[in-house]
Amino acid sequence: MTGTARYTGDTSKPGLLHAALAVSPHAHARMLSIDTSAARSVPGVRAVITGEDFPVLTGSPLEDRPPLALEKVRYFGEPVAVVVADAEYIAEMAALQVRVEYETLPLVQSPLEAYKPGAPLIHERLAEYKHYEEVYPEPGTNVASRNRIRKGNMEEGWSRSVHTIEVRVSMPQSDHAAMEPRCSTAELLPDGKAVIHSASQSPYIIRSQINRYFHIPLQQIIVHTPLVGGGFGGKAAVQLEFLAFLASRAVGGKAVKLVNSRERDMVSSPVHIGLESRVKLGCTADGKIAAAEITHWFDGGAYSDRGPIMSKAGASDCSGPYRIDNLQCDSLCMYTNHPYSTSFRGFGHPELTFAIERAMDVMAARLSMDPLEFRFLNAIGPGDTTPTQTLLDRSTVGNLPMCIAKLKDMIRWDEQPLIEAKGHFVKARGVCCMWKNSNTPADAGAGAVIIFNADGSVNLLCGAVEIGQGTRTSLTQMVAELLRMDVHKVSISTDVNTETEPQLWKTVASRSTFLVGNAIRAAAHDAIVQLKNTAARVLQLPSAELEIGGGRVYSMRDPGIGIEITKIALGYKLPEGGTIGSQVIGRGSYAMRDIKELDPMTGKGKPGPEWTVGAQMVEVELDTRDYSYRILQAATVIDAGKVINPVFARGQITGGMSMGLGLASREAFAFNDEAQVLNPQFRTYHMLRYGEQPAYFVDFVETPNAEAPFGLRGIGEHGIIGMPAALANALSAATGIALNRLPLTPERIWRTAHDTL
Amino acid sequence: MNVLESASLNSNAIYPLELEVNGERRWLWVRAAETLLHTLRDHLGLTGCKPGCENGDCGACTVILNGLPMKSCLMLAVEADGQRITTIEGLKHSPVQEQFVLKQAFQCGYCTSGFIMNGHGLLSAHPDADPETIRLWLESNICRCTSYEEIHGAIMAALAVNKEGGSATGSS
Repeated sequence: MTGTARYTGDTSKPGLLHAALAVSPHAHARMLSIDTSAARSVPGVRAVITGEDFPVLTGSPLEDRPPLALEKVRYFGEPVAVVVADAEYIAEMAALQVRVEYETLPLVQSPLEAYKPGAPLIHERLAEYKHYEEVYPEPGTNVASRNRIRKGNMEEGWSRSVHTIEVRVSMPQSDHAAMEPRCSTAELLPDGKAVIHSASQSPYIIRSQINRYFHIPLQQIIVHTPLVGGGFGGKAAVQLEFLAFLASRAVGGKAVKLVNSRERDMVSSPVHIGLESRVKLGCTADGKIAAAEITHWFDGGAYSDRGPIMSKAGASDCSGPYRIDNLQCDSLCMYTNHPYSTSFRGFGHPELTFAIERAMDVMAARLSMDPLEFRFLNAIGPGDTTPTQTLLDRSTVGNLPMCIAKLKDMIRWDEQPLIEAKGHFVKARGVCCMWKNSNTPADAGAGAVIIFNADGSVNLLCGAVEIGQGTRTSLTQMVAELLRMDVHKVSISTDVNTETEPQLWKTVASRSTFLVGNAIRAAAHDAIVQLKNTAARVLQLPSAELEIGGGRVYSMRDPGIGIEITKIALGYKLPEGGTIGSQVIGRGSYAMRDIKELDPMTGKGKPGPEWTVGAQMVEVELDTRDYSYRILQAATVIDAGKVINPVFARGQITGGMSMGLGLASREAFAFNDEAQVLNPQFRTYHMLRYGEQPAYFVDFVETPNAEAPFGLRGIGEHGIIGMPAALANALSAATGIALNRLPLTPERIWRTAHDTL
Repeated sequence: MNVLESASLNSNAIYPLELEVNGERRWLWVRAAETLLHTLRDHLGLTGCKPGCENGDCGACTVILNGLPMKSCLMLAVEADGQRITTIEGLKHSPVQEQFVLKQAFQCGYCTSGFIMNGHGLLSAHPDADPETIRLWLESNICRCTSYEEIHGAIMAALAVNKEGGSATGSS
């Protein structure tokens, strides 16, 4: 706003060295030799590091990725060397001088290709890889992980089905494209400390990974994360941090900065996962879904990173928010020779929703039923079970029928026809429902500390990274509300520092407000008890009789009797000397309570504390002459549990919708036959731009979640989830053709139309 | 003599440069191949202009050069010799800045200074901009967090305020 907000890349200091990556031009090739002598001889070059310098496999949950390629490269743009130099341009020039001799290997270009028997193996030593968390690799194949859902009785489901349909869909890999490219700085101090600055959503994961792979004690690793210029899941992965660390180690611990160029950021660093999927639905004569069989093949790319957890999410929520008692799903994370994938806004849900919601529309058409009516009829609710066989109640599942009803009202669903033709133009609307669970690890947690100052103001310490979702502001509002004080008296730094702030698992999964919020609730309670105890002794009243608010602790019976917090925040100083109480420091922490890992054979378990449900709509106007179209309207009604800040909440939802419309309509990596990405820059990789935005309509339902602070549910990701499905449903209605492959460019629609004919 | 008039410019040699930045005269030495973006950020500490693509595609590095928006990644510093530059650090209470805050037209903030500078340039050049002109100007910047709805609101409000108030020059 004024240019003073500082991001990781904005900080420099005298003597700072710069690193640049040398990357692979091939998507699958054996490295026969690597020659760094030319790069080393460039004046100003301090060091060149290759995979042999650190032959260790990293990754979570599955250790399959060397920070720098070892023996072979598995995707186009894979880092093979790091050059450290006095200036960025010198490092970049020298990186081009790193010479690698390659022998190319057969490519795997799609997850279905990867699944075929006899497909070239991308990880020959899959059996030897160490793993953590829930991941089920199948050595000897390209399956990095497989989760199964087996619920009910399929035979019975199919026999009850009068109508059956099958849909195959695909969604390509694309990019997070946060406006701030990834950036990390590392410095190793003489006393053994490692100081890392990184544009990250996971400063505490960086710390634990540096600890795991470089054996530095946790307290000696200090990770700083200032403002982050957009993450969308892409900055939850740990990649440049390892390289910056190695770079610094190679130059005696001097501070080294590694910044991605946009091109590197788009393909060398992890990307948005792709999906190919097959959905078979069976339905009774009266429109009740009786059976579903779903297979997801996620395009995890060359390394698995968070792919297996996303494919797990693809299984755990595969049914969409519908009651399906007989359900079978296999969800696979496949290795391919594409860039590797990491978490992306929606965490597997925009993908799984695209699959199930295309099938829902096809089935509604088969039944000649109104698509919203069909969804309403099958909406999941209390008393139903999820694919993971979790029994739902109002608190855990919210109110989807209410979302659908509100959406219908908001968009005047019943007053307009689904399709309306005028000359060459066809207006059409598409709808979908969505749900999402967080799929967090069972032990995800957070801490918070509230420190009182002499003037009654407080400092809040917590590990939530500010990536644009307004979390840190929301958390100060929460503190103010709990302590009944003016929000301006609550201060929080923009910088997360792992040395001073209590741990938060990660700033992902729309979980920060939940995890840190619960920690803050405990910390505020702790602070209030301390304030009341001190006040009780000063006022000679039982502390149970005291209340806090307006900068005072006072008697509930007679609010005139009380004491200013300024007088007790650091302890009450008695006139005759001596002190009652001491500085008020509220502390609190929280950990997920009853998440249960999913049984890999049946999917039975509990993937997270609650589901957020919602209903969405997209309206398009298609020009039937050339299949160009405008997106006129987009609408979302979501059960937010509780809306804390209406402006932030709407902005999060519409921002998500905008990104979802981009994914649906144009975003995709273009690969050539060599699996090289042809469009790793914003000139050729298209996103929504100013002026293309439709009219947005957003509304909320508020069904509290009992376990969350203020009853809130996650909403940070959810706007995106149904947009691809809703757009595809709208354009399928407008064209009369099943459009099941994203992105829906006019060319893709034209090709589909002509293939169909 | 303007450095561009030097007979042969060596990309790695350094040249003297004089700029008027945010109303101050600045003298410095830069490499011929250095972009204005890096000079502003690395030499003058004006980190409000952001590298987003360094290819002219995203607009995060937009500054005002002689009254008009310029993507500072697309210009060599030596080309800017002797010219007048305003960065986000030089804007104080300009209508676009104020409306961006009021309308919550930002989330992560990384694209914001570029949008504000471009919008500020629009207000000066086209105080009566019609919707098509606004779109043409602003589609050169990318915001990945918001839906552009809020940015649209901020720009429209700034145009209105600007017309009432008379001048868009909030620069120092």
